Amino acid sequence: MHFIIERENLDRLLAALQEHGRIIGPRITENTFGHRDIASSQDFPAGWTFEQDGGFFRLRQRRDPSLFAYTVGQDSWKKELYPPRSRLLSLQKTESSFSVTPEKSSSEKVVFFGVRPCDLAAIQIQDIILIQGPFADPEYSRRRENAMIVAIECTQPAATCFCASLGTGPGISSSSDYDLALTEVLDDGLHYFLVRAGTEQGRAVIAGLGLAEAPEQNIIRAENLVQEAASRMGRTMDQKGIKQLLYDNHEHPRWDQVARRCLTCGNCTQVCPTCFCHSVYDRVSLSGKEAERFRSWDSCFLLDHSYIHGGSVRVSSRSRYRQWITHKLASWIDQFKVSGCVGCGRCITWCPVGIDITEEIQAIRQSDERGCNA
Amino acid sequence: MTVSKVEKETRGTFTLELDPGESGFPFLPGQFNMLYVFGNGEVPISISGDPERPDILVHTVRAVGKVSKALCRLRPGDVLGVRGPYGSSWPVDACRERDILFVTGGLGLAPLRPAVFHIFNHRRDYGKVILLYGARSPDRLLYTKELETWSRALRVEPAVGSAGPDWKGHVGIVTNFIARMDCDPAQTKAMICSSESMMRSMISELNLLGIPDREIHLTLERNMKCGLGLCGHCQLGPTFVCKNGPVYSYDRVKELLAKREL
Ligand SMILES: Cc1cc2nc3c(=O)[nH]c(=O)nc-3n(C[C@H](O)[C@H](O)[C@H](O)COP(=O)(O)OP(=O)(O)OC[C@H]3O[C@@H](n4cnc5c(N)ncnc54)[C@H](O)[C@@H]3O)c2cc1C
Ligand code: SF4
Ligand code: SF4
Repeated sequence: MHFIIERENLDRLLAALQEHGRIIGPRITENTFGHRDIASSQDFPAGWTFEQDGGFFRLRQRRDPSLFAYTVGQDSWKKELYPPRSRLLSLQKTESSFSVTPEKSSSEKVVFFGVRPCDLAAIQIQDIILIQGPFADPEYSRRRENAMIVAIECTQPAATCFCASLGTGPGISSSSDYDLALTEVLDDGLHYFLVRAGTEQGRAVIAGLGLAEAPEQNIIRAENLVQEAASRMGRTMDQKGIKQLLYDNHEHPRWDQVARRCLTCGNCTQVCPTCFCHSVYDRVSLSGKEAERFRSWDSCFLLDHSYIHGGSVRVSSRSRYRQWITHKLASWIDQFKVSGCVGCGRCITWCPVGIDITEEIQAIRQSDERGCNA
Repeated sequence: MTVSKVEKETRGTFTLELDPGESGFPFLPGQFNMLYVFGNGEVPISISGDPERPDILVHTVRAVGKVSKALCRLRPGDVLGVRGPYGSSWPVDACRERDILFVTGGLGLAPLRPAVFHIFNHRRDYGKVILLYGARSPDRLLYTKELETWSRALRVEPAVGSAGPDWKGHVGIVTNFIARMDCDPAQTKAMICSSESMMRSMISELNLLGIPDREIHLTLERNMKCGLGLCGHCQLGPTFVCKNGPVYSYDRVKELLAKREL
């Protein structure tokens, strides 16, 4: 069931959500966009949008007061659920042994406000890996449990978006895992949001606010906006047979071409909302009596990632780019029964040299080594 | 866990015995543990003891870098962190009644040793059992006392690169002797462990003998940080070596191993 809330009443929704926890949402601070604390609806980037392309991101002023007419920036919710660096253990040397204190993961209740459909899909993928696998990650599980999700549908896709071809956006399907889902509508001077609940918690918020049920024509209006967005995606990626395509093109000459551009900086893996590789390292106090173990995001683009004594398995940058894209789009499917890509386009925007995952796939497809021309 | 005994095997390689306490430490042959040395780090090390002795946890470590050197510096009474056991195991149960051919070199016997123990302990369940074990020189062979003991019930065939006149085993690299092992290819299960390049040669020799890929089992090494399939480091194509491996039947990884820098 769809409800309606006017722009003027958005702060009532925020106040109700604050009861659940600290709200984190989209915000422009110091001329950059990111996920920050939200105190009121004034904090949302009213009248702003982004221009994005390979290696390019600019904030642009719009002519209307829309709050969410843009897509995703470099921050993904992975930063909140699976922090870039966290302490796992603190250890203390004792007389003849050492004691171990596992880190208590945060029990803070939070509300993620403005989770985009692609990012919602990404969270569900990380759930499969970090919660539903044979070994659940305690920190991720805890943070995930404590997060309430307010998702928002996209009506202004970027040139780097391709969720529509992966089926992860720009709308939110009712089977997705959200508490509330919003769609922003600006219409002849009217500014309102359609609201749906996906969980009991979400339904309770709607009931608490006493929101009115949305009239049919408003629902249709919102659906049209999302459908139009789907037709305005800047990029596409053909998923057909993609797993075998990559498995079979391990020696494709395209890997050499992309390797000439790739800096193996790992930016793409850091901004990707599904990449989960991490490393673990130790820090010891000067006295040698205290030690800590930290986990931090790692990247398959780094030489150390595949290091075994005597050398790395993936030495060339071609092999590291190939590993990344093959894992994302092919072996991920074998491992977790879903693709590792949700079409958010972050890896395209934040690649300093503008390497484009959709273009690389297209190039390989066009000269598929299994027969066609090379 | 506390180190109860340290034994030097060869230069730079030590066997640590740990006391797992009352509960013991049951494991399957071929599985590994993540061993943590205070302030130094944590590395994957195969379990090398007798699977029927869960009261002693045995690891053989070669000092190659920071953590393995720290492991080799441990002395009885020192404490280290142990997580495990992780990973897949040698198919010792699935190959009862069969002939077994172990082929390995140097430190490669460490991950195979629990399987050899198992077969030695249940000798009657198996057919002909051969352990072809190579090293650069006789002083580089591990577990020499056990090789003696095992040779009473199994055919132990040591091969060294070079040796003095009193050496009674083979001289040359192990792969050269596979063809001479007069195995019945229809009956034989091969279990091998060595560097990947050596294993490639071993496999082609085993294939020449008529042993098919699915009857060859091997153990692989990849960088590992967690042992749980979550850190991403140990991926070999779609498999995670820490959880789908480290022991694989060769037919399952043949294509993956054939790919360069996978
Ligand atoms: C399943 C498995 C079983 C193993 N069993 C044994 C054994 O029984 N005995 C033994 O001596 N060694 C064994 N190894 C190898 C052992 O893990 C490495 O020698 C050790 O990690 C080297 O760490 P280092 O810090 O001393 O070396 P450095 O060269 O300083 O390595 C730095 C880091 O790289 C990683 N690394 C380096 N080499 C390896 C490697 N070969 N495998 C995995 N990660 C590596 C580790 O995270 C290490 O901390 C095994 C490896 C695996 C994967
Ligand atoms: S691979 Fe690129 S487009 Fe796909 S989810 Fe990751 S960052 Fe987004
Ligand atoms: S593809 Fe781009 S972002 Fe990724 S490692 Fe290469 S240069 Fe960096």
